[in-house]
Amino acid sequence: MSMQPASTEIEARTASIVQNLKDLEGPLLPILHGIQAEFGYVPQGSLPVIAHALNLSRAEVHGVVTFYHDFRREPAGRHILKLCQAEACQSMGSDAVAARLKQLLGIGFHETTKDGSVTLEPVYCLGLCACSPSAMLDGEVIGRLDNEKIDAIVAEVRA
Amino acid sequence: MNVMPDIKSLVEEIDFGTPASSAEKQVTLTVDGRSITVPEGTSIMRASMEAGVEIPKLCATDMLDSFGSCRICLVEIDGRNGTPASCTTPVGEGMVVRTQSDRLDAIRRGVMELYVSDHPMGWNEQAGTGASEFDAVAASVGLAENRYGVEGRNHVEPTGGGVAPGHGSLAIDYIARDESNPYFTYDPAQCIVCSRCVRACEEVQGTFALTIEGRGFESRMVASMNEAFVESECVSCGACVQACPTDALREKSVLEKGMPERSVVTTCAYCGVGCSFKAEVKANEAGQDEVIRMMPYKEGKANHGHSCVKGRFAYGYSTHKDRILNPMLREKITDPWREVSWDEAIAHTAKEFRRIQHQYGRTSIGGITSSRCTNEETYLVQKMVRQGFRNNNVDTCARVCHSPTGYGLGQTYGTSAGTQDFDSVDESDVIMIIGANPTDAHPVFASRMKRRLRQGARLIVLDPRRTDIVRSAHVEAQYHLPLKPGTNVAMLSALAHVIVTEGLFDEAFIRERCDWAEFQDWASFVALPENSPEIVGELAGVDPEAIRGAARLFATGGNGAIYYGLGVTEHSQGSTTVMAIANLAMATGNIGRRGVGVNPLRGQNNVQGSCDMGSFPHELPGYRHISGEAVRDIYESLWGVKLDDEPGLRIPNMLDAAVDGSFKGIYIQGEDILQSDPDTRHVAAGLAAMECVVVHDLFLNETANYAHVFLPGSTFLEKDGTFTNAERRINMVRKVLEPKSTYADWEATQKLAQAIGLDWNYTHPSQIMDEIAQTTPSFAGVSFEFLDKVGSVQWPCNEKAPMGTPIMHVDGFVRGKGKFIRTEYVATDERTGPRFPLLLTTGRILSQYNVGAQTRRTGNVVWHDEDRLEIHPHDAENRGLRDGDWVRIQSRAGETTLRALITDRVSPGVVYTTFHHPDTQANVVTTDFSDWATNCPEYKVTAVQVAPSNGPSDWQEEYDEFARRSRRIKGHLEAAE
Repeated sequence: MSMQPASTEIEARTASIVQNLKDLEGPLLPILHGIQAEFGYVPQGSLPVIAHALNLSRAEVHGVVTFYHDFRREPAGRHILKLCQAEACQSMGSDAVAARLKQLLGIGFHETTKDGSVTLEPVYCLGLCACSPSAMLDGEVIGRLDNEKIDAIVAEVRA
Repeated sequence: MNVMPDIKSLVEEIDFGTPASSAEKQVTLTVDGRSITVPEGTSIMRASMEAGVEIPKLCATDMLDSFGSCRICLVEIDGRNGTPASCTTPVGEGMVVRTQSDRLDAIRRGVMELYVSDHPMGWNEQAGTGASEFDAVAASVGLAENRYGVEGRNHVEPTGGGVAPGHGSLAIDYIARDESNPYFTYDPAQCIVCSRCVRACEEVQGTFALTIEGRGFESRMVASMNEAFVESECVSCGACVQACPTDALREKSVLEKGMPERSVVTTCAYCGVGCSFKAEVKANEAGQDEVIRMMPYKEGKANHGHSCVKGRFAYGYSTHKDRILNPMLREKITDPWREVSWDEAIAHTAKEFRRIQHQYGRTSIGGITSSRCTNEETYLVQKMVRQGFRNNNVDTCARVCHSPTGYGLGQTYGTSAGTQDFDSVDESDVIMIIGANPTDAHPVFASRMKRRLRQGARLIVLDPRRTDIVRSAHVEAQYHLPLKPGTNVAMLSALAHVIVTEGLFDEAFIRERCDWAEFQDWASFVALPENSPEIVGELAGVDPEAIRGAARLFATGGNGAIYYGLGVTEHSQGSTTVMAIANLAMATGNIGRRGVGVNPLRGQNNVQGSCDMGSFPHELPGYRHISGEAVRDIYESLWGVKLDDEPGLRIPNMLDAAVDGSFKGIYIQGEDILQSDPDTRHVAAGLAAMECVVVHDLFLNETANYAHVFLPGSTFLEKDGTFTNAERRINMVRKVLEPKSTYADWEATQKLAQAIGLDWNYTHPSQIMDEIAQTTPSFAGVSFEFLDKVGSVQWPCNEKAPMGTPIMHVDGFVRGKGKFIRTEYVATDERTGPRFPLLLTTGRILSQYNVGAQTRRTGNVVWHDEDRLEIHPHDAENRGLRDGDWVRIQSRAGETTLRALITDRVSPGVVYTTFHHPDTQANVVTTDFSDWATNCPEYKVTAVQVAPSNGPSDWQEEYDEFARRSRRIKGHLEAAE
């Protein structure tokens, strides 16, 4: 499991990301992406630092962060597996794919395996409806999921 | 004459759904067959309401911009597809709108059914009032069934007799109620995510403390980052509670006691903003009326339906157990108090005053009027002193706050008051705040100011401390000049220096409105090298370029408005600073129209009024000098006595005379001079030397420790009268409840006046106002009847201005030509040195008010339960102090102890504290230096040393013991030991 950095370190690293991006027009989302890229998630301790720098309230920053599911509030596993659960994929059996993956990994959606190898997340449409059911592993899309591909995914994240 | 409106009615204000449009162009449309003409830009919702057709709504209210999220207010428009939301659709010429049809009914019912499926309905008082807008809308759309069940994810299925939300067995998405705020509760189960609270916090209050967390089913309103309200950024103004259409945000008092039954429109008795409120009342189980809540009144011209934590919530002091309800006497101040009848107390006081005058002379007694009491009460106290005591020994607490405003603006412009109405700020382009902390001390006006700043006005702040308005969400000062306390005059001269030497002054304005020769003289003075930003910057510890930038911005940025507070007046050069401000406004042509002006932010609810009413020893009502024969004639013929033509004693002079033995008796109405006046030990010595000190107050305040007579006072809820706010607005105060102490303060003063032989027979305060109007030209047109009709009026109100005067000096200055006066900087004698290297300055905080006599007796103590000393990290480190340590603060006048708060809001070399708690006794430390013109004390500059300490000072301990002994009342339990 990845260790969370100390709070003073979070503040310092956040401040430096904010410093680089705050002069953009509409800087909040680029800053949040930058922080997620830096830490792998958006630590709670970053929010007051961002709010202060952009002269926003803590509430406003919190509202934006929590609106986007893509901004994680906890550190993720080493791999991130997103499973499409939108309409087209559902019609092609994504429910069963999800059930099988959950069983193999021993976790549910929004959870990370105990060994920290993988985080499983639902996603609502990857634009791959023609290749349903689909998934995305660490940013790479995978179409036409079947048991073989599921096993391969599990093997890869466990490696 | 009793002018109180029908007392059994609940004042219901119409909610038009969206704000009014100010467009000139008119548009005519038809709503449900009725023709209505409204300004262009008006929403269909508002136009319909104006035509008398109410469209159901949930997310709309006229305090907020339209949002269009609830999908309840849909209408049909001829020639347009679909069912647009009436709140977001503007009216069009010739538009034909239908608000009722089978299709609309079905849509509204369908939407409401979805809301209801995830919302607890018909709960008991634990859950809600059953009287919310939500309940009313559900009923009005005719919702009879709910096909989706009521097991919504956000609340709990009612079982059996009905389980309150969150208290049942299902815990799906259940979020516990937040009861952390002392005044209101937040129940997420009842939230329908209409965002009215979030928008109220942003648009109305300007704090941005609330947000919607998450999305979809998970979305819920939260404070800050899902924090308890009391720990969040929330300032507890209550705008969210007022905006909430459900019972998700609801006053605890309403949940406990039920909905109010009647209401009375009155005026808040806290700060000088003068907010109008509906005091909402309900009879308790014993049949006694009690205030259930204070609701800001949208028609109130000072606050337009907004309020702060003090006005809306902090009225609990009026029923606090510490309130003294019976008159009391004692021979010596070391005796316990003895409760007596009103008659005995009044007779005793009159006898004592007569004895003292007989023994020590006519001028050996005096009175102090209160800026907390009504105009009528203040008028009576000064009348009693002049007519009954036959001297002019009357003064008021304005002595210690805004007396320099009266003097400075009187000298330069000819009137002792601010030039604008509050609404004027909506047209300001550059706002300069000097020595004022509006977000804490004048919060409702600060919200107006912040809204204007968010719209793009620019901000200059002159303050030793980085106050919240310098930088807070969506507001940031272009220039903050953190000047050293005591250098105001030099700093204003430096700003003027830039404006004059760079030719940025408004020559046309000055030539037309002011004396050009006086201007030239002043200009040559400010242009001297010693007034340059470079020299002054060095002296005041401010970057000269920032001074130049601020001056250029003020002179060239459009409408420039100056707002100032006690950081200007409470200095040895307070009056000079006021004149320097007046000069700056004239030089830049910023006087006499909307958006500009010079505006003192008055501290107390009626400090303007108490000054207007002749509370000063040298002035009769309307700022007319006592030496003027014609003015004395008016009163002499009416009152039937010869008036003393010499000014009487000011408060500090009364105390000096007391110590010298020539001043022996005083009647103090509603002021705690021991705590609020400088150099506490000198005040104590003066009071201790008197033979009859009469304190007329709600509580046994600190001054009462030295009193021989205590007369119980009445609160603003218990009397009729008027308060005059910082914009010269005379607002009605109406009796909501009967006085707990039997008599309203004006009645008690009248009884005392009668006992000393005056023939007073007022039966209602309206008669006192009639006398004021009859004798004072600037009030000639004012009467209770008129105020009832128009709501409020700004003086002067007379034949020349029958509807009052929102903006002063429009066509010329009241005194004729505006007068430029040289303002030479003279450093205060209070200087730092090796013994006292730091400068102490004082102020206040949002949740507490003045000496705290009221707010300390309310739930507001959760935000500020002690005074702390703010000190810069650098100074703290030098002294080995950590945050929260006890420190001793010592000046040449005295010392006290309190806990340190380490912060860079103050500059190195400056320390700051509030004075809300008597056990701190910050004024033990302040000195007897004062304004050269008006004796206004120099609270804002005291040279001090700060050192670690392990507990209260000797003075604090001795005083605590003395105060405890002096509050004993015979027959009361706490007095037994």
